[in-house]
Amino acid sequence: MNHSISLTVNGARRDFVLDDPRVMLLDLLRERLHLTGTKKGCDRGQCGACTILVDGKRINSCLALAISHDGADILTIEGVARGDQLHPVQAAFIAHDGFQCGFCTPGQIMSAIGMMQEAQAGNDPERIRECMSGNLCRCGAYAGIVDAVLEAQAGVDETNQRRSA
Amino acid sequence: MKQFDYVRPATVAEAVAAAAQPGATYLAAGTNLLDLMKGNISRPDRLVDVTHLDGLDQIERLADGSLRIGALVSNADLAHDAEFAKTYPAVAEALLSGASAQLRNAATVGGNLLQRTRCAYFYDTASRCNKREAGSGCDARGGENRTHAVLGWSESCIATHPSDFCVPLLALDAIVEIEGRNGRREIALDELHRLPGHTPERETVLEPGDLILAVRLPPAARGFAAHARYLKVRERMSYAFAIVSAAAALRIEDGKVAEARLALGGVAAKPWRARAAEDVLRGVAPTADAFQEAAWRALADAKPSGDNSYKIELARRIVVRALTLAAAGTPARIPALPASPFASTSGAIHA
Amino acid sequence: MPELNLTSAPAHLRHGSSIGQPLTRRDGVLKVKGQATYAADNHPPGLLFAVIAVSNIAHGRVTSLDVAAAKRHPGVVEVMTPDHKPPLAIDPEIKTNPFVFRMEVLQSNEVRYANQPIAVVIAETLEAATEGAVLLAPRYETLPALVGLDAGKSYVPPVVGVGNPTENHLGDVTAGLASADKQIDAIYETPAQYHNAMEPHAIVAHWNGDRLEIDMPTQGLMLSLARVAELFGIAHDKIHIRSPFLGGGFGSKGLMAGPPVLGIMAAKLVGKPVKLVLRREQMYGPVGHRAPTRQRLRIGADAEGRLTALDHHARTVSSTFDDFYEPAADASHTLYAAPAIRTSHDAVRVNTGTPLFMRAPGEATGSIALESAIDEMAWACGMDPLAFRLKNYAEVEPITGKPFSSKALRACYDQGAARFGWAKRSLQPRQMRDDAGLLVGWGMGTATFPALMFQAEARAVLRRDGSGAMEIGAHDMGQGAWTALAQIAADELGLDIERVEFKAGSSDLPDAGIAGGSAHTATAGAAIHSAGAAVIAKLADLATNDERSPLFGAGNAGVIARDGRLTRRDDESRSESYGEILARAGVAEVEARGTGAPNPAAMEQYAMHAHGAVFAEVKVDPELGQIRVTRMVGAFAAGRIVNPHLVRSQLFGGMIWGLSFALHEEAITDRRSGRIMNANLGEYHIPVNADVPPLDVITVEEHDPHVNALGIKGVGEIGITGSAGAVANAVWHATGVRVRRFPIRIEDLLTQR
Repeated sequence: MNHSISLTVNGARRDFVLDDPRVMLLDLLRERLHLTGTKKGCDRGQCGACTILVDGKRINSCLALAISHDGADILTIEGVARGDQLHPVQAAFIAHDGFQCGFCTPGQIMSAIGMMQEAQAGNDPERIRECMSGNLCRCGAYAGIVDAVLEAQAGVDETNQRRSA
Repeated sequence: MKQFDYVRPATVAEAVAAAAQPGATYLAAGTNLLDLMKGNISRPDRLVDVTHLDGLDQIERLADGSLRIGALVSNADLAHDAEFAKTYPAVAEALLSGASAQLRNAATVGGNLLQRTRCAYFYDTASRCNKREAGSGCDARGGENRTHAVLGWSESCIATHPSDFCVPLLALDAIVEIEGRNGRREIALDELHRLPGHTPERETVLEPGDLILAVRLPPAARGFAAHARYLKVRERMSYAFAIVSAAAALRIEDGKVAEARLALGGVAAKPWRARAAEDVLRGVAPTADAFQEAAWRALADAKPSGDNSYKIELARRIVVRALTLAAAGTPARIPALPASPFASTSGAIHA
Repeated sequence: MPELNLTSAPAHLRHGSSIGQPLTRRDGVLKVKGQATYAADNHPPGLLFAVIAVSNIAHGRVTSLDVAAAKRHPGVVEVMTPDHKPPLAIDPEIKTNPFVFRMEVLQSNEVRYANQPIAVVIAETLEAATEGAVLLAPRYETLPALVGLDAGKSYVPPVVGVGNPTENHLGDVTAGLASADKQIDAIYETPAQYHNAMEPHAIVAHWNGDRLEIDMPTQGLMLSLARVAELFGIAHDKIHIRSPFLGGGFGSKGLMAGPPVLGIMAAKLVGKPVKLVLRREQMYGPVGHRAPTRQRLRIGADAEGRLTALDHHARTVSSTFDDFYEPAADASHTLYAAPAIRTSHDAVRVNTGTPLFMRAPGEATGSIALESAIDEMAWACGMDPLAFRLKNYAEVEPITGKPFSSKALRACYDQGAARFGWAKRSLQPRQMRDDAGLLVGWGMGTATFPALMFQAEARAVLRRDGSGAMEIGAHDMGQGAWTALAQIAADELGLDIERVEFKAGSSDLPDAGIAGGSAHTATAGAAIHSAGAAVIAKLADLATNDERSPLFGAGNAGVIARDGRLTRRDDESRSESYGEILARAGVAEVEARGTGAPNPAAMEQYAMHAHGAVFAEVKVDPELGQIRVTRMVGAFAAGRIVNPHLVRSQLFGGMIWGLSFALHEEAITDRRSGRIMNANLGEYHIPVNADVPPLDVITVEEHDPHVNALGIKGVGEIGITGSAGAVANAVWHATGVRVRRFPIRIEDLLTQR
């Protein structure tokens, strides 16, 4: 049975006929839309490589049925930069070497962006480490990841201060 | 994953009717169900998607002082609700100690109650498991079982319930509101999950079609806000299930424990309420000796189900620590490492 | 393949000297934008999806597969089984060279280990292929599984690791132990571990007539290509493998394994491109792992704390059908100056996928045992662990008596200890607490890893427009080849890095050898070095033989290549740009090739190793037994550092692997069935962000004129060694409980309060 669904992906509305209700958001993005920046590391919600934002919140796209997310607003790693202008989190990941092989990186970056929006960790390294613990990195780039988040958060804090001043 | 029919009911009544059919199951966020389906542990014929139902995602303060949490409220939204975290701090801490931020954003309150065990033999479809396939046997017995149950287990099943959230909810006498084929009813959370006995395949008292609508915390649950903690020992600092956990909540009046609540996680097929321990604490000063006594009471019936006798001693120590932390007072803010012995606010260890 | 658009951070550039600069990754922008293309990201037109069905018994035979049920599932196109598959040109059981391992590619119904591939389902969608594989519902004839280090009769393998002798002797160990004032005799156990790169093994295979296009992560492009060529009976030049990025390898993507071969077979069977990606649980079998070990260390020391003997025996396992032996005891060859050393190995066969190299094979397992034992010996002698290690500092390599090509270990000890504050450590365990009452422990370990060299070739080009190119089929699995090798290339070509087109990660480029043994930068770097020198020499010939050139008559040795110009060494005012030289000579470009290889004469003369010292602080809850590493300092001497930014990251990563070895990682095998019960990332614990404390790395300056032309020793693996032992020793120092079975578990520490 075919199901019609509609999603907003990186700002663009996409209508699909889904021929199979089993398709996860992750596999929809990767294998049907060819948005392959989002990675599959475990397919079971245990590594975070597939992290995307759905309606502004970070989730594991491997454990999300596409059909159940009809109408959702999805942001993937492909939608984060504005052309050549990197998102501050992306730039900070490069500056602080927040990755080695790069495979977990899209998930780390989406998770970091989601975390900053959640505003629970602030600039506390311990809270950042805890709140980023849903993203495994086998190369062991955690130190750089935390430094990158701290730098990006400092930028946000500075902007907020300027706004309130 | 097996092919299934996907149904998106418009009302609770439609949902109940659709899910009452054989082979049907409810889909909420799916963080546990889809994992089980990918592993072929669950192979439903029909998914009844309740995520689009209206009115199940509210946190409501009721006139009598109860709190009603809709079944579709996400774990993260509940934990991050400032009023909720202040009033029921052990519940918020437990929520934030579970899974990962991504999973907490998706996972729902109702789904959390119904998550299945993490027993490796339940997950491994090549193993015998009475829970997965009634009457097939239990390969966890005699297997790699150092994390398995020490309370309430049977020869048929030694699995544990993995929820963190349920542990403090149970301590606070949470009530579960259910819509079923025969209308609405409510039961104590303590009655929701069953011990395995000879029928470990029946994990809860829910009947086909039963839909959890809400979890309610009764008015008395508010009385523990000043002295409530959740403590969880696990094998890495985060993103791991409990080896053993405990929720402790105290109402302290005039330097004495007016009322104590204690529940354990990771020790049995259901979240484990330790009423005998609560009883010995009533009316006594919150001292180390009293907490030791409570810990012995809490684990009095414990026995190892395999290579896990250490969990009994560990559980006792966790009980003592959780009570000590609770007595010391709820921290102003949930610690950076929720429920961890390394939470920066612990300081309850006697050198 | 589209050209990679690599970038660098120009702010850090110093013209003419890219080596040593902390450039950020040139592939960084691609990686943070999700544009770095890993194998599974490819979608050639007409692509079908292949999913492997694996065995869930560890030993026996598949007696039936319900192929009809799988084929009935909508979207399933084909089912590949032992009875229905394209033929191979040679028997995959034949080992054509020592780097060929036996693989399961449906050659029989035999099952030799759990998670062995037994069929492949090919379908139009991933969902259909996945369910098709389930519907095969295999039935088995199950035989008893061989499980564990005591599974059967032990034997002494002919070699361990890659051709190392199984036993080594120096002096008289028995006499040395007998004469000792203090002795320890301890047994340490390490578990099976799985590489678990974040990127699952994947292949997109496409037969285009008789040509084969492959996207696949590999740490060894040409080894893989040669294996594919012999298995499918096709010429090397008919195969193209692209591997621009690996999502981690750690040894598991070094040699051709069964699953990618199945992907190629599936593509042949259906006549369409096929994508085959391992599911996470399927990575616990056919793609290698670190074997478990049980190691006995007997050590003697005299009254002054000088070692009298070191006896290190390691028991390990291999599979029932092939041979790889974790060379754990070899860790005792190089570090401590015992007058008598014996290292030996034996093994049993178990129903497992064949073990393989996993980041620091032998050194990682051996180091945690050796460093624990040395710590125990220091305590037995009443000595500080650092003082004990310094007392037994090896001025020459103990087992061979050779001098070291360079060894700045003493400086590592000094600088690491100073940074860590080691001098304040209490000698007695269980003496330190923090404000919260947590037990605090400080431990250390010595790190070592051999400085190896393999074979590689590179091609260098200088062009009339003033640009250059360096081509080498190198592999970037995260260590930073795209950046570090380009830095070397820039210097060797005398060009700004922005003017060098650096090509890598493809099998149509010169053979870069294998990215393993911490030797890739050194080996590929040496090839780049010689290719660069050769092309500059050609260019210099053009100039110095040309009367119209200001360099005429200078001779090859008389010019310096820098900033895109050749300059007379004796007269800096006389110089000419590459472009001018080539334009006048009327050629578009000059090219040359160069090779990198080990220097047998130097190897004969010197022992070549990187060294380091790692210091760790742990906190342990005295009642609950949970452990947290709170601080680590590692000081490493590894020769020349090409890019300190990336080297630091590699060393951090290694130290985290060490932490993980001591506290987290373990594959749990059911003792009865031989199935791995935690074949996932939820229960096979690798550290999460919150497990990793602030890390501090010091790279100690070390000049090594012997290891290779560039003086590079490699940093990919050394970080694990020393670190695992340092964490384990810190746990002892915190608690007074010596745990000899790794990873250390909560229950090990519940014995006392």
